[in-house]
Amino acid sequence: MKSKNSGKEEGEITSVVNRRLFLRSAGLATSLGTIVLGAACSDDDPDPMIPGTGDAVDLGSGDIGVLNYAYALEQLEAAFYTQVVATPYTGITDAEKAILTDIRDHEVVHRDFFKAALGDKAIKGLTPNFAAIDFTKRDAVLGAAKLFEDTGVAAYNGAGKLIKDPGYLLLAGKIVSVEARHAAVIRDLINPKSADFAGDDIINGDGFDKAIAPADILTAVKGYVKDTITGANVGK
Amino acid sequence: MDIFKIIDEFQKIDGDVAGRLEYATRRHFMSKIGSKLAAVAVPTAFASIVNKAYAQSAKAIDVLNYALTLEYLEDEFYKAGNAAAGLIPASDKAIFTQIGKHETQHVAFLVKALGAKAIAKPTFDFKYGGAFGDVFTNYKTFVTVSSALEDTGVRAYKGQAGELLADPQILEYALQVHSVEARHAAVVRRLAATVTSNPAMKGWITGKEGAVPAIYVGEDNMTQGGKDLKGLASKSDAAITEAFDEPLTKEAVLAIAGPFITK
Repeated sequence: MKSKNSGKEEGEITSVVNRRLFLRSAGLATSLGTIVLGAACSDDDPDPMIPGTGDAVDLGSGDIGVLNYAYALEQLEAAFYTQVVATPYTGITDAEKAILTDIRDHEVVHRDFFKAALGDKAIKGLTPNFAAIDFTKRDAVLGAAKLFEDTGVAAYNGAGKLIKDPGYLLLAGKIVSVEARHAAVIRDLINPKSADFAGDDIINGDGFDKAIAPADILTAVKGYVKDTITGANVGK
Repeated sequence: MDIFKIIDEFQKIDGDVAGRLEYATRRHFMSKIGSKLAAVAVPTAFASIVNKAYAQSAKAIDVLNYALTLEYLEDEFYKAGNAAAGLIPASDKAIFTQIGKHETQHVAFLVKALGAKAIAKPTFDFKYGGAFGDVFTNYKTFVTVSSALEDTGVRAYKGQAGELLADPQILEYALQVHSVEARHAAVVRRLAATVTSNPAMKGWITGKEGAVPAIYVGEDNMTQGGKDLKGLASKSDAAITEAFDEPLTKEAVLAIAGPFITK
């Protein structure tokens, strides 16, 4: 980490990110910000601010690593929608409830499928951390859903080329398009009948959805899980 | 021949071209330019790099041309639909404009990636030999055909992924297009549910629910990775089939798309 001298800008970014992640994940008021920032300068601990269970979870290597990576993401999605359906936001419509229940079921099926397929090679059940999400508010819930779905699509798209077994590749393909359907429908709920279902914020000028490598995805979702997940050997 | 200008041109169509050239060992390439043989070697070297970068195998070229056929079809379909006066209600215009834009971008990308190997654009009959005679005058028909095309697109790309294992970059491109087609499919299916008064139709495919039955054959599959998922997590059969989209073989897709293609 370069938060000491020369890499000033980078250090600033790092501490902003750490602070945000911490505040989000701990759900604390900004008044605590000063203490947080003071502590955030520690260089060695990769993420001192994330309240964790202390569990380190290694996804493993090769195709098993990729499947565990997918399993980890599906666990988070399943836990999120389970919570959404259990504690519906204020003013939820029947149509919205039906859609969110469908999505919950799909994610639970994905999660349990990966768990069964991986057998004794499966990582443990993760402990999600959704403290930053206000489940009583429509905007907060749908905003988080959009983030999870778009991230899920980009994650599968980025992991596809790491898979060696064509059977696994096909399976990932069968799931990623369902995640993309979710993403489009959530976006359509947020901003009905607009171009947002496949908006210019997510689809590039070639008409391509995003494809993001595991390391970057794991960094992006770090604030939503208490365990420390490492995936350095996914697909290798 | 200005090699750097050409690389710049490629950069415009493909922001990642530098990375791809890196893959084809840029340094080796540059040293070739610097050599005494440069004048002769450059075009050949460049051609081989482009070939490496975009299509390493005959298989990949086949897949890309197959994709191009479907993208030509979709692109022409939305061009005609978006241009047809009084067809798409103002409330839904933004959706079809966005979809049309992506299909045009997909065609442009594939044509450039394939270069001289790109197939010519076929001539299409969107009335499907009369089955969809009012496709550009009746919004219900238009939305039905649109959802059918999008779901076919999703199934078609999915069926080809395994063919691209040896071409990781092309596989990634195909996946990136595949999920966009799925986004299209979801939103058009939701429109179709309203327009055709079929509330059973959702953004995802339940069993083999969808107009034009041939397109949905096998979508009710309950077995994944050799496991029968019936009863998994105490979820309904409907939910389990919705959770997975199924592939279509090239033969099946061409049989479906065939009547759209007159030449």
